Amino acid sequence: MILQAFFWYFAITMPIFAFLVISRKNPVHCVLWMLVFSIHSAALFLFLNAEFLAAVELILYAGAVLVLFIFVIMMMSMKEELAGELVIGEWPIAAALSIGVVLMFFFGVSNFAKGPSGPYTIEAIKAETNTRALGKLLFTEYLFPFEVASLILLIAVVGAMVLAKRKD
Amino acid sequence: MNPSPYNFTWPFSPPDNIVLVIAIILGKILVMVAAAMLHVAYCTWFERKIIGHMQVRIGPNRVGPFGLLQPIADGIKLFFKEDVIPRPGVGSTKFRIVFKVAPLLVLFATLSSLAVVPVFEAFYIANINIGLLYILALSAVSTYGIIMAGWASDSKYAFLGSLRSSAQLISYEVAMGLSLVGVMMLAGSLNFIDIVKAQQTSWHGMYLIPQFLGYFVFMVSALAETNRAPFDLPEAESELVAGYFVEYSGMRFALFFLGEYIAMIVMSCVAVLCFWGGWGLPPVLYKVVPALNDLPQSVKTFVEAVVFLCKVYSHLFLYYWIRATLPRYRYDQLMRIGWTVLIPLALVNIVITALVKYFF
Repeated sequence: MILQAFFWYFAITMPIFAFLVISRKNPVHCVLWMLVFSIHSAALFLFLNAEFLAAVELILYAGAVLVLFIFVIMMMSMKEELAGELVIGEWPIAAALSIGVVLMFFFGVSNFAKGPSGPYTIEAIKAETNTRALGKLLFTEYLFPFEVASLILLIAVVGAMVLAKRKD
Repeated sequence: MNPSPYNFTWPFSPPDNIVLVIAIILGKILVMVAAAMLHVAYCTWFERKIIGHMQVRIGPNRVGPFGLLQPIADGIKLFFKEDVIPRPGVGSTKFRIVFKVAPLLVLFATLSSLAVVPVFEAFYIANINIGLLYILALSAVSTYGIIMAGWASDSKYAFLGSLRSSAQLISYEVAMGLSLVGVMMLAGSLNFIDIVKAQQTSWHGMYLIPQFLGYFVFMVSALAETNRAPFDLPEAESELVAGYFVEYSGMRFALFFLGEYIAMIVMSCVAVLCFWGGWGLPPVLYKVVPALNDLPQSVKTFVEAVVFLCKVYSHLFLYYWIRATLPRYRYDQLMRIGWTVLIPLALVNIVITALVKYFF
């Protein structure tokens, strides 16, 4: 009963927060609603027993990505944004596309079939704790893609530094 | 035919006597919060006394014996002060609700990190597998309180303070996370109880000795994370008046103050649990004095709690000692120390720990 209540709380509030993110005129308020949203999605991970992902969601999204957003937005003068219109002229195209995506998800989910389950069942992950299970998989079976991804990130970081420090 | 996606089984099931379980948890939260609030009150007294004596003064001595009632008097004063909320300027984009939520966010984020701190082996509110990450995540959330306060105050000093603070917190969070990786590797866990138990396997019973480099990085970044001297630039009263909370008065100011001191206590608890051996005495002591093993369980638990609290208080003393000794850093020095000294040191510590763990 309690679990159902939690589920419905998230199911009802998260779309509302997502809507608030895009419907506020003041960009700082948008980012703050997005913070509320990402805290809720972290809680949703916790709810599925994925405590490591929940912590990472908070540390990375709330702690790093959104702070950078708010940092940039706070420095800007927002007089024009606040005076302008909330939606621009092309909104029917955007609305059609997003309704299409929602319908796609809706029909996709009802045709959902479970794939074959691997060695990591819920019991196995519980016994091993999911931080350890994830770490083991990442650093043994998926080591190569992991290294490639980190190399790409490193190149992006170095590239950003080079572009920002260029003197001309 | 496809199996229905809706016959989803919950990954965990609620216990049968759920009302009792919730009541016990609420009781524990009450005890923890009350203890934390009293600790904050007497931390301020402790701090003023210590700094007073270090500067050859007496410190608070008027209210009650040894000035012991001073924190109570301060609390009462803050409760009854007028709560001034700045009116946003003409054409301003700020809203008062953000101004009001900011101090609450700081206080709630720091208070909820107390939930995973075990005082002794059997007393904790939540024993979760990711205790350390949980504390890092909540300290990320409390950064927002500071940013929101600075933004919503609509004042230059507050804004500068909150910009400094957010840059400082983001930078030092990296160093702090990396400095704890050594501990995670040695203990093989993120759970505080497991970390303390893992420390009990060596004769000295604390990671301070193998992880001295990690402890140094942790200590410096903990000072920066809690905005304490010598890294108290966000508040820097000589240049920014009081930084991000300059526009706050009365009880709202007190909420920030409480949040800062609780964050300090939480950091001390993390340092004690991860580096100072938590509630455990050094195991070598049990070999030298065999009589300690024969104590009844209740006495042992009592000793554990006392040991833990004594360690936390010594760690708080360290904070005050540093504050009374070192002058404030300049802002560029602070950023340079964070990125070019502490993070490389923490990385070196991780590599050394990994090599030692692999070869021995």
